[in-house]
Amino acid sequence: MTALVLIEAENGVIRQASRSAIAAASRFGDVDALLLGETGAEAASKLPGIRKVLHVPALKHALAEPAAALLAGLASSYSHILSATSSTGKNILPRLAGLLDAQPISDVVAIQDDATFVRPIYAGNALATVQSSDSVKIMTIRSSSFDPVNEDGGSASIEVLDAPADDGKSNFVKLEQSQSDRPELEVARVVISGGKGLKDASNFHTLLEPIADKLGAAIGASRAAVDSGFAPNEMQVGQTGKVVAPELYIATGLSGAIQHLAGMKDSRVIVAINIDPEAPIFKVADYGMVGDLFELLPALAKAL
Amino acid sequence: MKVLVPVKRVVDYNIKPRVAADGSGVETQGVKMSMNPFDEIALEEALRLREKGQADEVIAVSIGPQVAQDVLRTAMAMGADRAILVQTEAEIEPRVVSSLLKAVVEKEQPGLISMGKQAIDDDMNATGQMLAARLGWPQGTFASKVEITDGKVSVAREVDGGTETVALTLPAVITADLRLNEPRYASLPNIMKARKKPLETIAADSLGVDLTPHLKIISVAEPPERKAGVIVETVEELVEKLKTEAKVI
Repeated sequence: MTALVLIEAENGVIRQASRSAIAAASRFGDVDALLLGETGAEAASKLPGIRKVLHVPALKHALAEPAAALLAGLASSYSHILSATSSTGKNILPRLAGLLDAQPISDVVAIQDDATFVRPIYAGNALATVQSSDSVKIMTIRSSSFDPVNEDGGSASIEVLDAPADDGKSNFVKLEQSQSDRPELEVARVVISGGKGLKDASNFHTLLEPIADKLGAAIGASRAAVDSGFAPNEMQVGQTGKVVAPELYIATGLSGAIQHLAGMKDSRVIVAINIDPEAPIFKVADYGMVGDLFELLPALAKAL
Repeated sequence: MKVLVPVKRVVDYNIKPRVAADGSGVETQGVKMSMNPFDEIALEEALRLREKGQADEVIAVSIGPQVAQDVLRTAMAMGADRAILVQTEAEIEPRVVSSLLKAVVEKEQPGLISMGKQAIDDDMNATGQMLAARLGWPQGTFASKVEITDGKVSVAREVDGGTETVALTLPAVITADLRLNEPRYASLPNIMKARKKPLETIAADSLGVDLTPHLKIISVAEPPERKAGVIVETVEELVEKLKTEAKVI
C-alpha cells in the first residue's frame, strides 16, 4: 500500500503538522508527498521516509478547486490520502472526497489498522471508532496525536507536476497574514491563553506577553476573547479553533467552556488562573490559582 | 437569486453529550435538539442577502427524520421563505447528504448555497466541500465575510495564518464560520407565521441516491478523564511546583 500526504510549507520549511501527518501515513506503507506552491520542495525531499515528492509550483495559493482536481487524478495510485487537520487540509480533502464519492475521515487521532480509525466527535466529548470501506481512504490527521517525523534524514526524488486545467471560477484575492515572532500555537512547547477575564485587548498584551516572553510561549485565546475582539481569530484554541497539546498550558481568565477544553485538554500539564473557584477549567487543571489576574499575572511574570 | 440553506438537527450545544451505555453512539432520546449553530449563522447570512436585495428567496432544506421538521420551522421563523425536508430515518453520512443535496439543487437551481462549516455532532467539516465538488461549483469555506457583486461572491476565509480572501463566480457554495454574523432570534409573531409557510417533504429514497454509508461506526466511547489537581496559594509556590514537581519549566 502507498499513501499520499498533502504537505504544507511555510517560508520554505515543512509545517510540523504536515510532518505528523507523514508519521501517521507511514503506518500504511510507502509514502509520497504532494507539495503545492513555489517553495519547500527541497525541505520536503529531506523528510525521512518519503519515497518521492510531487511538487506543483503553479498552485501557489493551494485553492481547493484545482488542488482537489489534481489529487483526484493521482488517487488511483494510492490506498490512503492524508493531510494535517489544517485549514488547507480541511478545505481540499473533503472536496477530493466529493469528486471520488468517498467519505472523508476528519481529525483522526489514532489508527487501528488500514481501515479502522479513531476520531473525536461532539467536540471531543466522545471518541468514535470508525471503519472505512472506501478504496481510497481520505483523512485529516490531528497533529497533537502523532509525533512528527524529523525535518531531515531522507533524500526523496522531486517530480514537478503541472497544474490541472482551471475553469477560472475561483480566484485568490489576498492573504492578510498575522505577524508574530512567537512560536506557532500548534507546535509551541508552552501556550498561555487568555479569556474574557482579561477585559480588553490591551490587557491581553500587557498581562500575557511578559510571561510568554519568559517561557518562549505561544499566546492563545478563548472563543469569547476572540469574539470580543481581544485577539485575532487565528489565536483561538478550541473545537472550532486550534487544537493544541503543549507540555505546559496556562489558562488565564477563561472559565473552560466545553468547546475550549476540547482544544487543550490533551496538554501534559495544565495551569489555571481564575477569579472564580467554581470555573470548570479547575476540573482539568493540574495546578490552579484562584485570584485577581491583574495582580497574579504580573507577579507570575516576575517570579519566572 | 435563490439561496439554499441546508440545516441539520443536532443535540443542543448547551447539552453535555452522554455516550450510550452500549457504546453505539451518543444519547439523543429525550435530549434537547436544536438547529446546528453554524447553520443558524449560514441562514442569517442568507437572510441578510435577501434584505439587501441580493437574493429573492431563501429556502431551508434538511436531510433527516420527520422530526427534523422542527428545525425547518425554526428556520422559517427566523425568516426563510419555505422549507424542504428530504426525509429518511436512516443514519446518513456527509457523502450521502451531499448527494441528496445535489438532487435538491438540481431541482431548485439556487445561485448560492450558504451552509455551516460543520455540524457540532459529528464534527466532520465535509458536506459543503463535497457538495461543491459534486456540483462543480467553487467553494468559500470557513467564511467570516461575504460580499456579492457582479455575479461574484467575495469570501474572507479564516485560515491558519490569518484571513484569506477569494473571489468566486456564482453559483457557489459558502460555509459559515463563527464570526460571519450573529444570528437573529425568532420572534413570537414570526414563529406563528412560520407555521403557515410551505414545508415540502421528499422521500430520500425517491431521489435515486444509495443511502448506504461507507464509514461504519464500530463503537463510541468516553474520552479518558483528566483528574483535577491541586490549588496553590502563591505564584512562588506555582513556579516551584512547575520546576520541581511537573518539571516543565
